[in-house]
Amino acid sequence: MPADIAAIWVYLAREPLSALTFTLLAWLAAVRLHRLAHYHPLANPVLIAVLILAAGLMAAGIDYRAYFQGAQFVHFLLGPATVALAIPLHRQWHGLRSAMVPAVLSILLGGMLAAALGVGIAAALGSPAEIVASLGPRSVTTPVAMGIAERLGGLPSLTAVVVLCSGAVGAVLGPMAMDWAGIRDWRARGLAIGTAAHGIGTARALSVNMQAGVFSGLAMGLNAVLTALWLPFLWSLLRSLG
Amino acid sequence: MTGAITALLVCQLIGEVLARVLHLPVPGPVIGMVLLFLALLLRYPEGEPPEALGKVADTLLGNLGLLFVPAGVGVVVLLHTLAQNWLSLMLAIVGGTLLAMVITGRLAQALLRRWG
Repeated sequence: MPADIAAIWVYLAREPLSALTFTLLAWLAAVRLHRLAHYHPLANPVLIAVLILAAGLMAAGIDYRAYFQGAQFVHFLLGPATVALAIPLHRQWHGLRSAMVPAVLSILLGGMLAAALGVGIAAALGSPAEIVASLGPRSVTTPVAMGIAERLGGLPSLTAVVVLCSGAVGAVLGPMAMDWAGIRDWRARGLAIGTAAHGIGTARALSVNMQAGVFSGLAMGLNAVLTALWLPFLWSLLRSLG
Repeated sequence: MTGAITALLVCQLIGEVLARVLHLPVPGPVIGMVLLFLALLLRYPEGEPPEALGKVADTLLGNLGLLFVPAGVGVVVLLHTLAQNWLSLMLAIVGGTLLAMVITGRLAQALLRRWG
């Protein structure tokens, strides 16, 4: 490699500029593909962007930590975005209050069930402890799930992948499963998809039925808060018993 | 707009500090979300938050997917772990998600019929 090209490569690999730029470019390409696929849930833009960037890193032999040095500026915004979930919750508060008791009960029990099922299945199949811990916050929206996983002794990046996959499965196969189970109340469908499949499920619910979308958004926000509250406590309790 | 961004960051910062001072297992941004929600409910009990705050929130949440990408790319360091545990991970994800969704939906439908 000629000296000046090598110098440019060293510059690009070291500065956050290229990691940041490629993250945004991959995202824009993924959003376009999603639109071309007529918003099919399988063409989920998060999954596509991750695949593009992961393939790029491996092909170019770039260390993930070097990439994250630049991409962390995007990653940082997950915190403020989590705080911002308060705004849709506040907006919808009025329409939701009347159904609040059944909604909160379903979200709390459903969230516990979602966590227990994931953890239970993985533990029954003899997975290592950090894998099981990474599955605990599986049904919670990613920024919160990663925070919880860290506290449970899981791997936050594995949790991110597991959460995204759970959301995609819920958004793609969930509606069929609910048809089969005879769940026809749009509010109940929204609560279920938001509890089990967080933001990816909510995006899908919003595109099908407004009422389902609003309840799904509530379920996603509330499940994030509730799980962040009960899961770490219950986890340390179970750990101290077992 | 700067004010709205600052408000989000202040809530997050208070949340992080509270989580550490009180040794709460809850992530700081979640505490920040609860604080902001309560503040909004007290200040604007009937509906809309300030326009700038609504706009910043809509922009952030409208591009929420992008924010997951850097962490998701972390899959490259986990390929070995994934390959070793793919069966249990897949069963836990597919089975866990669909079962939880169906049972939550049935429960919600029954409860809403009774109280809704």
